[in-house]
Amino acid sequence: MKVGLFIPCYINQLYPQVGIATLELLEKLGLNVDYPMGQTCCGQPLGNSGYENDSKGICSLFVENFKAYDYIVGPSGSCVYHVKKHFDILEQTEDVKRVRKNTYELCQFIHDVLGKTDLGASFPYKVGIHKSCHGLRGLRLGSCSERMDAHYSTEEDLLKNVKGLELKTLKRVDECCGFGGTFSVFEEAISVKMGNDRIRDHIDSDVEVITGADHSCLMHLEGLINRNKQPLRVMHIAEILNSSM
Amino acid sequence: MAHADEAAIFNKDEEKVDWHDKALWFVRQKRDKSAHNVKGWETLRNLASAIKANVMSNLDNYLIQFEENAQKNGITVHWAVDADEHNKIVHSILQQTNVKKVVKSKSMLTEECHLNPYLEAHGIEVVDTDLGERIVQLAKEPPSHIVLPAIHKTKEEVDVLFQKHLGTKPSHGDPQYLTNEARKHLRDKFLKADAAITGVNFAIANTGGIVVCTNEGNADMGAHLAKVHIACMGMEKLIPEEKHLGIFLRLLARSATGQPITTYSSHFNKPASGTEMHIIIVDNGRTEQLSREDFRASLHCIRCGACMNTCPIYRRSGGHSYKATIPGPIGSILSPGKDLTKHSDLPFASTLCGSCSDVCPVKINIHEQLYKWRQIITKNVPQPVVKKTILKMAGRVLANTKLYDFAGKSARFMLKYAPRWVVYSKLNTWGKARDLPEIKDGNFDQWYKKRQRHE
Repeated sequence: MKVGLFIPCYINQLYPQVGIATLELLEKLGLNVDYPMGQTCCGQPLGNSGYENDSKGICSLFVENFKAYDYIVGPSGSCVYHVKKHFDILEQTEDVKRVRKNTYELCQFIHDVLGKTDLGASFPYKVGIHKSCHGLRGLRLGSCSERMDAHYSTEEDLLKNVKGLELKTLKRVDECCGFGGTFSVFEEAISVKMGNDRIRDHIDSDVEVITGADHSCLMHLEGLINRNKQPLRVMHIAEILNSSM
Repeated sequence: MAHADEAAIFNKDEEKVDWHDKALWFVRQKRDKSAHNVKGWETLRNLASAIKANVMSNLDNYLIQFEENAQKNGITVHWAVDADEHNKIVHSILQQTNVKKVVKSKSMLTEECHLNPYLEAHGIEVVDTDLGERIVQLAKEPPSHIVLPAIHKTKEEVDVLFQKHLGTKPSHGDPQYLTNEARKHLRDKFLKADAAITGVNFAIANTGGIVVCTNEGNADMGAHLAKVHIACMGMEKLIPEEKHLGIFLRLLARSATGQPITTYSSHFNKPASGTEMHIIIVDNGRTEQLSREDFRASLHCIRCGACMNTCPIYRRSGGHSYKATIPGPIGSILSPGKDLTKHSDLPFASTLCGSCSDVCPVKINIHEQLYKWRQIITKNVPQPVVKKTILKMAGRVLANTKLYDFAGKSARFMLKYAPRWVVYSKLNTWGKARDLPEIKDGNFDQWYKKRQRHE
């Protein structure tokens, strides 16, 4: 199995520790992981802002970088969703179709493809999950509160097997944090309010560490937490699953 | 003013935002509980969506069938191509029957057509009889929600409004007292009205009848007391057969308020003896929307308002911030079809979280349509220069490994070493309320290369 590691641009530049944890975790699971140099971005910031047409070069480069792999795995639900959902703007060659089909969000890959839930991690903290919307309602990483399906959650399954970790339940289990890419800047007031409301729910639920499978939401929440000096830490789920504290 | 500016103003009063958010979230939770009690909820949604898709692809036939059956029942059927023609038809019916006073139950279509000001300009008194509608009518405001038109008003505000218009005593917003006073006030209007206007929730092709759903019975009281009943409907309101109501009625009230069914689901099939019944079928841009393949499904909407109650942005910006007859997520995919330039901000008033699509009882892919409208808007409506330039430049930089590498390094260098007042200048909207991430010594690329060298 040839796995290509997809590290989204903002994680590459701003959160290298998330990329490192992702790679180490996959290697711990016995996989041969390759990181194709020269990768940039999935094109999501442009697509979501209405400039999908200007992102074709980015999308093509992505396909070029990853077409040789059996699986493409990345630690960001929304970027993976973008590849799967919105690469329809490219001509649907065999390469494009294969890349779209074989790109997986990290948790989904571990849970569904490898079929593992106990990764031998330990993390003795009270943790709240931020279920990012594109992972939840786009990739269907779990059941969402709007639909009447039976409950399931990929992230919960993985975190429940982490030694010492206490998973906390929120009042609003899957409300959006208000990041939304350029929304966070062009609808700043609402974005900030939404983020603060999410953080309040975690604090009220006795959470020490907020985690999730999409670091862009976490970046937004962390920005607010740091500015307001709130007693919470933010960590990507890969960092928790890779820890042995 | 764009949605973002309106929303920023709304957010100045955080207490009110929290109240508005919680009030609507309460309705969303009621909906969840009530939907959980229905076995096969998701099957019902699939069926409703499929029936509506069938209606949209055979709309011409169903409309003709509906008209024929309605006429057989003694109903006069009118066709209006747009809002103006609709208003003229209503007015001409009222003139012919010499009507001066009208009571009207809830109808988003008549809001869309701005019927009230039209009739008032022609000397006709129109009284909205739905309590929420009456409140906003007295306040001279448009509804802020399609099911809960006065949800933006607290009971204390209603108290003050009623003191001014209905002469009530101050009651600290006592809902029981205020509702009773409204009831007395409206009773009088019902008795004096010569004509009743209602909306239409469902028009049934195989019977020619219509169904109107209310909780207050105000549509029935109006229609049964007056000698003329005018029902105004958008042409997408059709369902093929009466038996399909079993699906839609189960979905509608649960999605709207969490009730198992609306208190009144009234069937109007023919005029009572000695009275007239008219139905006006209105296009007003619907045919055009039907022709847009990507946006056709927006016409499935049964106006339950669930997408508003679930929308985290709607709950925190209020319905008026959308400046459209239908606010919230569904309005944001309908309105650009009517006036792309005027409503070009609305598809961007979303994080594309997708909650609207999952809550929608007829499974409209709302968030996907928002994404699609964005692509159309950037091509057809002038965009802020900064936004456009940055994104177009990003398209080139991110498609080129070397440029990306250079840009990444320079940006991290700048953020790491520039003084705080430069980084957090007025131009940095992100940084108004949020800190930027702490910049590490290298990026992942550098770490990976280093690791490979050591291996």
